[in-house]
Amino acid sequence: MSDFFMKYFSNIWSFREEILLSTYETIYMVAVTSLFSVLFGILFGITLVVVDKGGILENRLIYSVVEKVINLFRSIPFIILIAVIVPVTRIIVGTSIGMHAAIVPLVIGIVPFYARQIQNALVEVDSGIIEAAQSMGSGPIEIIFRVYLKEGMAGIIRASSVTIINLIGLTTMAGAIGSGGLGSLAINQGYNRFQTDITIVATILILILVFACQFIGDYFTKKSTH
Amino acid sequence: MISLSTINVTFETSSQSVTAVQDVNLQVDAGDVYGIVGYSGAGKSTLVRVINLLQRPTSGNVKVNGQDLLSLNPKELRVARKKIGMIFQHFNLMSSRTIFDNVDYPLKSSKLSKRERAQKVMDLLELVGLSDKRDSYPSQLSGGQKQRVAIARALANDPEILLCDEATSALDPKTTLSILKLLKKLKQDLGLTIVIITHEMQVVKEICNKVAVMEAGRIIEQGDIVSIFSSPQNALTRDFINTATQVDQTLEKLAQHPSLLHLKDNDILCKISFIGNSTSEPIISALSARYRVTTNLLFANVEILQQTPIGFLIVVMSGTTSDLEAALQYLQSVQVEVELIDSRLLQNSKVGDPV
Repeated sequence: MSDFFMKYFSNIWSFREEILLSTYETIYMVAVTSLFSVLFGILFGITLVVVDKGGILENRLIYSVVEKVINLFRSIPFIILIAVIVPVTRIIVGTSIGMHAAIVPLVIGIVPFYARQIQNALVEVDSGIIEAAQSMGSGPIEIIFRVYLKEGMAGIIRASSVTIINLIGLTTMAGAIGSGGLGSLAINQGYNRFQTDITIVATILILILVFACQFIGDYFTKKSTH
Repeated sequence: MISLSTINVTFETSSQSVTAVQDVNLQVDAGDVYGIVGYSGAGKSTLVRVINLLQRPTSGNVKVNGQDLLSLNPKELRVARKKIGMIFQHFNLMSSRTIFDNVDYPLKSSKLSKRERAQKVMDLLELVGLSDKRDSYPSQLSGGQKQRVAIARALANDPEILLCDEATSALDPKTTLSILKLLKKLKQDLGLTIVIITHEMQVVKEICNKVAVMEAGRIIEQGDIVSIFSSPQNALTRDFINTATQVDQTLEKLAQHPSLLHLKDNDILCKISFIGNSTSEPIISALSARYRVTTNLLFANVEILQQTPIGFLIVVMSGTTSDLEAALQYLQSVQVEVELIDSRLLQNSKVGDPV
């Protein structure tokens, strides 16, 4: 066993600190980006639903503006987006390199996707329930918080776990601007230096993160479905 | 209580405009149970949504509780809506909330304390007979139970008006009757004014004191239920009534089994309807004793509408031509309505015009 390990995974021990650090960096980027994304994604997702035709605050102008912006950003490949928004990143973070700088393109890259997912989840809320809430004298704010977000919770959780899994994928690309993380570990230490074992371990760690998200997402989806 | 005048609702799509409600005037008094009946697409659901402005009319006036709803700002409208309860065909309960929380939902903005609210919710659940289901979720309930929860929820803010949009259409006949019984009880105990939208005249027959018949966005006939049932003016109204009183079904049966009729040359097949007092007169025996007309009873049904009995008979009368004529005249003289049915046309005809 240990012979096998020494033969095929000889670099792991010596890189153990880098591996731990990279895992931390990935989790950090995913966590911080998720926080911002939940805020903006749900905001835009709800906006799309309530100002859509037949929505409780129908407004065609706002709808088409938000929708077009979302479509625009979704159309830009992430690796290019990172480069394009460097000036914005500099203004916000002060630098365009590193883990913190990666948060900006990650948020801009994932929010449009998440907003669409949220929109789809909230559209599933039975329009009859919205109508019932209106008939009981609920206003728009009350309907958003007490009906849409509550009734759509299972869908929102499902959308969130899909989004976080996507986000883990994006963080690996952020390695291109020196963000660190498991993606850049796999490429810089593993692939470029012919240390295949590091690539494999990085892959396994990413898979573990993805499965964990999936599992947690499924658990809470189930719990919020009655 | 509710007064709609010259209501028009038009839906504009890019290619065409559809008029859902046209020139409707409706007056519902306090304590009424007002039925609005019509086939799908007649505009009745749109009309009932005008009453609490879930649907804004293109033109017209909406007055509820003496308040001109169209002149209210959004906040005032929301306050007014709390006094107009509404229940729906598909119940529209919130699946992520327990029964208790569903009924509690509209109380959130009330001035009651948490304790008072809990008490109120339990009282309401008691009222609809579902106290034991407080911690269940809607998916665990049957259709009838869901509608009871919806009723409890609609009554949470002590409304004076309850709008029912096809509230029993998704329920089986027995459950429908139990829901109607509950509504009747609520009307008596709480003095509710109820507006019922339905495509089933049976529902109207069971509970309403007034009825309006809608077709293609217009109210084609309205009035108190006894007069509508006893002398409907419009073909569609007659249709609904004949279905509700089983007359249609009987005629269909006769059409399929002509042997039931045994019609001889001089025999006439007819539908006889009578209201209230004329019921007490022994018509059939009078026909036989005074006019030598024998009557073969094929179908009889008596409905009690608002304490007034209304009877429907389908009979075959046999006798000589002159005797039959005299008999028909006698029937008219005692305020009994007779409709001759041409048995040859039975296959494809509805009940004919009054004689």
